[in-house]
Amino acid sequence: MTWQRETFKKIKQIPREEHVLPGTSLCAGCGGLESLRLAAKVLGDDVVYVNAAGCFTMLAVYPFTPFKGSWLYTTMGSAPAGAQGVRDALDVLIAKGRLPKSENLKVVVLGGDGSTYDMALSSTSGAIYRGLDFYYFCYDNEAYGNTGMQLSAATPYGARTSTSPCSLQHPFATMQEKKDIFEIWRAHKPPYIATVAPRYPLDLEEKFARAAKVTGPKLFLALSACPTGWLYDPGETPEVAKLAVETGLWPLKEAINGVVTHTYVPKLSPVETYLKLQGRFRHLFEPTLQKEAIAHIQGSVNAYWERVNLAERTG
Amino acid sequence: MAGEMMTGNLAAAWGARLAGADYIPAFPITPQTEIVEALAKWCESGAMAARFVTMDSEHSMMTAAGAAAATGARVFTATSSQGLLYAIEVLYSISGWRAPLVLVNVSRALAAPITLEPDHNDVLAARDSGFLQIHAETCQEVVDSVLMAYRIAEDERVMLPVIVNLDGFYLSFTREPVILPTPEQVAQFLPPFRPAHLGFKASAPHALGVAVLGGTPYSYFRHQMHLAAMNALEVHRETAAAFEQLFGRRYDVIEGYRLDDAEDVLVMSNAFASRGKVAVDAARGEGRRVGLLRLRMIRPWPADAIREALRGRRGVAVLDQNLAPGQGGILFQEIAACLYGEAVQPRALCSFIGGLGGKNLSEGEFRTIFDQTAEAAAREQGIGPILLYTEPEHREMTQLQMLATTQGDVKREP
Repeated sequence: MTWQRETFKKIKQIPREEHVLPGTSLCAGCGGLESLRLAAKVLGDDVVYVNAAGCFTMLAVYPFTPFKGSWLYTTMGSAPAGAQGVRDALDVLIAKGRLPKSENLKVVVLGGDGSTYDMALSSTSGAIYRGLDFYYFCYDNEAYGNTGMQLSAATPYGARTSTSPCSLQHPFATMQEKKDIFEIWRAHKPPYIATVAPRYPLDLEEKFARAAKVTGPKLFLALSACPTGWLYDPGETPEVAKLAVETGLWPLKEAINGVVTHTYVPKLSPVETYLKLQGRFRHLFEPTLQKEAIAHIQGSVNAYWERVNLAERTG
Repeated sequence: MAGEMMTGNLAAAWGARLAGADYIPAFPITPQTEIVEALAKWCESGAMAARFVTMDSEHSMMTAAGAAAATGARVFTATSSQGLLYAIEVLYSISGWRAPLVLVNVSRALAAPITLEPDHNDVLAARDSGFLQIHAETCQEVVDSVLMAYRIAEDERVMLPVIVNLDGFYLSFTREPVILPTPEQVAQFLPPFRPAHLGFKASAPHALGVAVLGGTPYSYFRHQMHLAAMNALEVHRETAAAFEQLFGRRYDVIEGYRLDDAEDVLVMSNAFASRGKVAVDAARGEGRRVGLLRLRMIRPWPADAIREALRGRRGVAVLDQNLAPGQGGILFQEIAACLYGEAVQPRALCSFIGGLGGKNLSEGEFRTIFDQTAEAAAREQGIGPILLYTEPEHREMTQLQMLATTQGDVKREP
């Protein structure tokens, strides 16, 4: 069964109005910011963004903010708890008649993979467990980006970071597999989880439109193709994001009440096409071709999609 | 009016209830837990119109508390010891947001070694966080201080969070008669929380806690916080006057006990000050002119009031229930700093460390303080830091060490 978009069928249906205004201090070609820009077209302006320490902390720098909505910077480890406080306070103030319903806001956590995959796990787990009505937007650039690309639990096997360098002992650089945060979230049984990528705007907008109908924790994992950290030209972000999906490395999917659907089935281009574009994988190609590492990555992708095909065909 | 018998913890909970807190994020920790248990029960029964949420850690608890206060709700929460330290990063955020809330800390010494009993290294670790600090001696003072704390915190000239501190076990679990103000009286004392410069809403978006580039804006905002904290001295004075008028109980930033003609003064804080007062009475009975100065407001530091209270004294002894390793008593340093430059100095400024981890302070220890301070004043030479530790305590410790130490050739079978 193919996934059908209901709200966003054509690119023209994406609203032209911008809610994240240009001129921020983020890097040119930031895939995370492009995902957020698209997401905000559905989220609108009646939003309070609750931010964890990361690249996006540089969005609101006194006296500027790119948002027409509100912003609260918290800490690296507790943005979901900040969302809890804001959501609960809004609910209490509205219930007590101290705030008109028309003043209500959506509460959206903005966290990078460093915060999301590790430090904020306790507060995220707690917020999902409590059924908090909020959005969680993780911009995943697969490393601690704001500090200059160090290994995070989201860094994929074979990627070079400044704290998982390529060496004689570790010719493939990062040896760990990327932590599966999607499945960690799913184990908490939230009503809505999705992965998105900026090169697939209709898929992204449709998912935010679907989530808008859901009360409870709504979690988004956004591929944040990162020219500064992944080492490619900023103009290539759309191509890198596209190949992440087309190689099958970044599956586009959603889970509604725990039931997973892949929203786009790629033809599985060879992973080299994606890896070759990025400096963080250059050591897999030169000075010697690391066939073993590339085969390992391809093998993981193949195994993943075999499981998907089995599960979703028989399911 | 005799009042109702209640623990310090229950008095703290009553403070939150009478203040009409809207929101209580919570996390259990000994010896504070009784506070959140009482509040959970009242929120459940409808006795309080507040939302109670059990969080996943004190770090999350304080984040939720600060975020809710920044949204415009009146927030109460409580913690102790390791919990306070786990949340300490967030304390700095909340004061930076200029979000007023009241946090009750039930003092408990810090690990390691881990213990449950009190000293003040926990709350004093938060002394530079931008939270104001009020330290209470009695259960009555706990409930009264929580109410005063909301009025001070929410004043437009202050807009900073407040910690109300009480000692674990010695006050948290001690029943004393407490006169509870009526809700009608409280309504006259504490205006509703309607912050002019806080609150997230659709019609008035704003950004809070944003990044700054460089030291120029950073220094400006930090200094604003300092000025606001200093404003709390005047706001406390007004608040104390209003409180006395309505409730007939008077609280100043410091409390003098038999200070009038005292030559030597013992400086203390919190519940053990009650023992200090008994020791002062005993010494007075022997004809010694001693008195006690209890520090009630630690932040902002009431330097002028302290200088005035200690002016012209012969000896001053500071009894710290905390220890800064490699330095000594924390409050001693602050007292010494604010006396420096006074035209007439005490002849001796003495530093004593006692009551660590809830260790008892006996009559003999207080007598030692008075004796040694008088001798130091006669020599015109300050002393300390001196750890108060009695001979029986030393013997007990030696026995424990003997039990813990392998004696002779005790070998384990392979």
